[in-house]
Amino acid sequence: MRDKTVNMMKLEFFAKSANEAFARSAVASFAAQCDPSVSAVADIKTAVSEAVTNSIVHGYSDISDKSECPIYIVCKLLESKRLIIKIKDRGRGIEDIDKAMQPLFTTDTDGERSGMGFTVMQSFCDGIKVCSKVGKGTTVTLEKRLDCR
Amino acid sequence: MEIRSEVSDFGATAYIRGEIDHHNAKEAREALDSIIARMRPQSFRLDLSGVSFCDSSGLGLVMGRMRKCNEIGSTLILQNPSEAALRMLSIAGMDKIIKIERGV
Ligand SMILES: Nc1ncnc2c1ncn2[C@@H]1O[C@H](COP(=O)(O)OP(=O)(O)OP(=O)(O)O)[C@@H](O)[C@H]1O
Ligand SMILES: [Mg+2]
Repeated sequence: MRDKTVNMMKLEFFAKSANEAFARSAVASFAAQCDPSVSAVADIKTAVSEAVTNSIVHGYSDISDKSECPIYIVCKLLESKRLIIKIKDRGRGIEDIDKAMQPLFTTDTDGERSGMGFTVMQSFCDGIKVCSKVGKGTTVTLEKRLDCR
Repeated sequence: MEIRSEVSDFGATAYIRGEIDHHNAKEAREALDSIIARMRPQSFRLDLSGVSFCDSSGLGLVMGRMRKCNEIGSTLILQNPSEAALRMLSIAGMDKIIKIERGV
């Protein structure tokens, strides 16, 4: 049986760090219509924050004009009360996705990143898929069950 | 996010309130590093009881400050971490390598 999409929303914004809080709150507000548990909302906020921050910090690290750096979010609420969140950038892309997703792996050099972003997304969500092409961009798809009350 | 600090005979304590993400981690880093550099406290307490949101940028913030403290022979102690902060620390196993004090 097909899992019908009962609701959908799309966002597009510049890759500015001021939008990190906006993005996670917007997705959490969208999820609120399902009356999710407090902890599910906290999980969603954190996972979205990780993906959006990665697009800003890594995806578009070499572009200074942020008006050329869009981030797109598409959220779908399925009949089965699963939330699908797609976070996409048109940035530099990831060369080796398996390696990037390993705990503590980071390409950051100033020692202020822990390399735990993907691990956090994995442990806070029920599913994660990463598609990326070097020079084209990265799409992270997160899945969260909201019926766990 | 808001940072307040306090100095005593035992060292310095900084209180972080609000959300720690990449956007405000820079401000937090600068504020904390200036306290560490200025006071050179024997122990530097970071009170995380008022942290309402924390992602991996908060982990990086804590790790970086631990390194800064180690460099000058000071000890970083995390004080009363909120649930949001503790959850991140435990995912990274940092609750095992950094001293945490509760109920202070
Ligand atoms: N959107 C992206 N575009 C390009 N590279 C990315 C993207 N997202 C992640 N990466 C790469 O994957 C690595 C691992 O990401 P992850 O979020 O796990 O850790 P981090 O961002 O380096 O550190 P932290 O999230 O703990 O602050 C990054 O260092 C970066 O090289
Ligand atoms: Mg990250």
